[in-house]
Amino acid sequence: MNRTALLCGLGLAVTIAYPLLVPNYLVTIGMLVFFTAFIGQSWNIAGGFAGQTSFGHVVFFGTGAYTSTILQVTYGWNPWLAWPVAMAAGGAVGWMIAVLSFRAGLRGSYFALITLAFAEVFRILANSVPFTKGGLGMLIKADPRPINFQFKDPIWVYYLALLLCIVSLLIAWQLTRSRFGARLVAIRENEDAARALGIDVFAEKVKVLTLSGAMCAAGGTFYAQKYLYIDPGIAFGVDKSVEMLLVSMVGGAGTIFGPLIGSFTLMGINEVTRWLASVVPALKNVQPLSLVVYGVMLILIVARLPDGLMSLFRRPTIKANSRHA
Amino acid sequence: MLDPAFLLAGVLNGLLAGGIYVLVAVGLTLIYGVLHIINFAHGSLLMLAMYAVFYLWRLIGIDPYAALPAVVAGAFGFGFVLYRLLIGRYNHGRDENILLITLGLSIVIDNIALLFFGGDTQTIDVPYAGTFVEIGAAFLPLPKIISFGASLVLCAALGLYMAKSDMGKAIRAVARERQGARLVGIDVENVFAVSYGIGIACLGAAACLLMPTYYVTPSSGHAFVLVAFTIVVLGGMGSFAGAAVGGFIIGITESLGGLFLGEQLGQIGISLIFILILLLKPTGLFGSKA
Amino acid sequence: MLEVRDISKSFGGLKAVDRASLDVAPGEIVGLIGPNGAGKTTLFATIAGFHRPDAGTVSFESKPITGLPPHRICAAGMVRTFQITQPFAGISVRENIMVGAYLHTADRRLAAREAEAVASLVGMKDQLDQRGADLTVAGRKRLELARALATGPRLLLLDEVMAGLNPTEIVEIVGVIRNIRASGVTILLIEHVMQAVTSLAERVYVLNQGRMIAEGTPASIADNELVIEAYLGHGAARVLRA
Repeated sequence: MNRTALLCGLGLAVTIAYPLLVPNYLVTIGMLVFFTAFIGQSWNIAGGFAGQTSFGHVVFFGTGAYTSTILQVTYGWNPWLAWPVAMAAGGAVGWMIAVLSFRAGLRGSYFALITLAFAEVFRILANSVPFTKGGLGMLIKADPRPINFQFKDPIWVYYLALLLCIVSLLIAWQLTRSRFGARLVAIRENEDAARALGIDVFAEKVKVLTLSGAMCAAGGTFYAQKYLYIDPGIAFGVDKSVEMLLVSMVGGAGTIFGPLIGSFTLMGINEVTRWLASVVPALKNVQPLSLVVYGVMLILIVARLPDGLMSLFRRPTIKANSRHA
Repeated sequence: MLDPAFLLAGVLNGLLAGGIYVLVAVGLTLIYGVLHIINFAHGSLLMLAMYAVFYLWRLIGIDPYAALPAVVAGAFGFGFVLYRLLIGRYNHGRDENILLITLGLSIVIDNIALLFFGGDTQTIDVPYAGTFVEIGAAFLPLPKIISFGASLVLCAALGLYMAKSDMGKAIRAVARERQGARLVGIDVENVFAVSYGIGIACLGAAACLLMPTYYVTPSSGHAFVLVAFTIVVLGGMGSFAGAAVGGFIIGITESLGGLFLGEQLGQIGISLIFILILLLKPTGLFGSKA
Repeated sequence: MLEVRDISKSFGGLKAVDRASLDVAPGEIVGLIGPNGAGKTTLFATIAGFHRPDAGTVSFESKPITGLPPHRICAAGMVRTFQITQPFAGISVRENIMVGAYLHTADRRLAAREAEAVASLVGMKDQLDQRGADLTVAGRKRLELARALATGPRLLLLDEVMAGLNPTEIVEIVGVIRNIRASGVTILLIEHVMQAVTSLAERVYVLNQGRMIAEGTPASIADNELVIEAYLGHGAARVLRA
């Protein structure tokens, strides 16, 4: 326990000092690592801890992004005030999808697929409905002052992302120590046994999806405020779903630090492919190359190391998932 | 828009498209029925097959219909090997695991296609593409009708194969009772590989039938996968009759959806059907167990 | 304490349970026996809320519980174990039992202490840190028992908790079960191991092909013609008597 505390303290110190010592583009990379770890953790809570694998988590991300952006751009709301509303919207969508899916008794692969379908429905709607400006997307007017949830200096965006990541780690940590978290793990391991021991499986699943949706939506707003532009492809595209799933699985689904480790790994892959693209002229397109590696990683992890990279550290007291049980 | 002429054209076009969807869905439902795998890579593999048809036409000048035997054989081989090397090894454990592996596979295929083929839309220009057949008040492209007919013939052929041939019987045995099949001496792993191969072969056939009137881009896989899943879920996982009926229903839905709601919004019909079926009748029209 | 009246349950065309009734009074240990496929587990599952009965009622402590979901029945004080053990494979024995303990406390430390106490009761004190997946059959059976016990039930439904145990382990479990009853828990158990049934149960019900065919003390059951025929076949009683 002490070793963990020491490592955390060290990590915290390093991550706080980091942006003060490196050039801006590295600060942004660091920001993306923590941001991806944050939304990855939102997936991890439902998919890793509770075992409810979702393929369409981006639906919450996009809900958050569009809610805060529409409130801001169309109704003149201050983005900081719109943020909690966006989170509530994400939670509501999570609640709705959970109630519908679990009332119908959907589990496992069927649940994964229906979340994909929901994300697709939202994407198509966002593309066709006037109040989202359809395929044109929505632009947030650039006015980089903190009160507008916009920061001129990337260091502040970095610290905000770091803060979100830390909050998500604390939430996950709290799950490992609480009754709610223990119940989620029980549900993941064996739903019927959980039921027999007095757990209201339906209610707990709905709760976790609601929490997960709210968290992910918070990330959506953050993203919109950073890039000042969203469209249906960005907000509801399948790539983000894959990213959230991947960082959690690569790092270790159902562990506290899994998404963070996964996020570091994926960022490393990204940088390597970017370097590769710069030296090999044929590989002009970086993003597909990164995604190819992502796909290979997913296959390798599921096939060879289902408990993710965290399992390499072999900590039997930390709840590991049991993807191969 | 409710002009009966438009409606008729919409329904007929949808029927024709549906005929090819049936072929795609049959492959998927076969793979599920025998291996109990939800083959998430189905759409991406179709996209790959379509590119194969395209490049055969572009580089060697083979008409897509003429290329059918070769493409089907090649697709079967590809699927067989893919099963042996990758999917077969991890066919055990939680069902979500194989779903994740096929998800990874689809990501790899989609993006390799993007890298090598570029993002451009590719089409084939066949000399008879401009020929139209008049049915009632509707003008239907000849290639679509040929494809429809070919699809029906191929489905019937597959059905015959499954019913009469030794391998077909073995496949049906394994689908119904895996352990029992093992006990009577059927090489179950081989049946799995063959079944997966046949499923992909169906995609090869569908690719040949689609390319004369359709287009392909690397993102086609993503578009097809939800359609394929919706058909199979609608019809019932593992049911051929379901795949057939589902294919036509979805074809018509897509066509009419596009007619009434426009190209973009029309696509929503498929996702909504998928959601509604899963929520209300997950076993589908003809399925037995969810 | 438990009143089961005319429970019937069919699956497809097969009638698994046919108008079965039984009673359990507080403090008793009651056995439910019968040949394989008699419907015992189905009856348990129906009583505990995992199946909805086609007909009949179940009352627990004078309150009707027919058709209630399993988690509500557990919260009401009746809990079942599974014949085919269902451990939470990926987590430790302690964490497994804690899930049960969490029924009446939200405090992790309390739940952990409770888990340790229950583990000692069933003889798993040394295995608390083992993963559920790594347990032997006997360990898993004990874990089923411990988990159920940790929920603090007043009525415990044990489904073949002895199956797969060697004679020494059986003697141990019998002792554990007696201790559990002594601590105030009523027990209804399905069992095939006759020695356990005769040494534990005060009363025994016999189920055959879904129907309750006999009820009484273990000794009287052993002499019952219908029971003998259920196990050994038609006409066996006459043959044995001759």
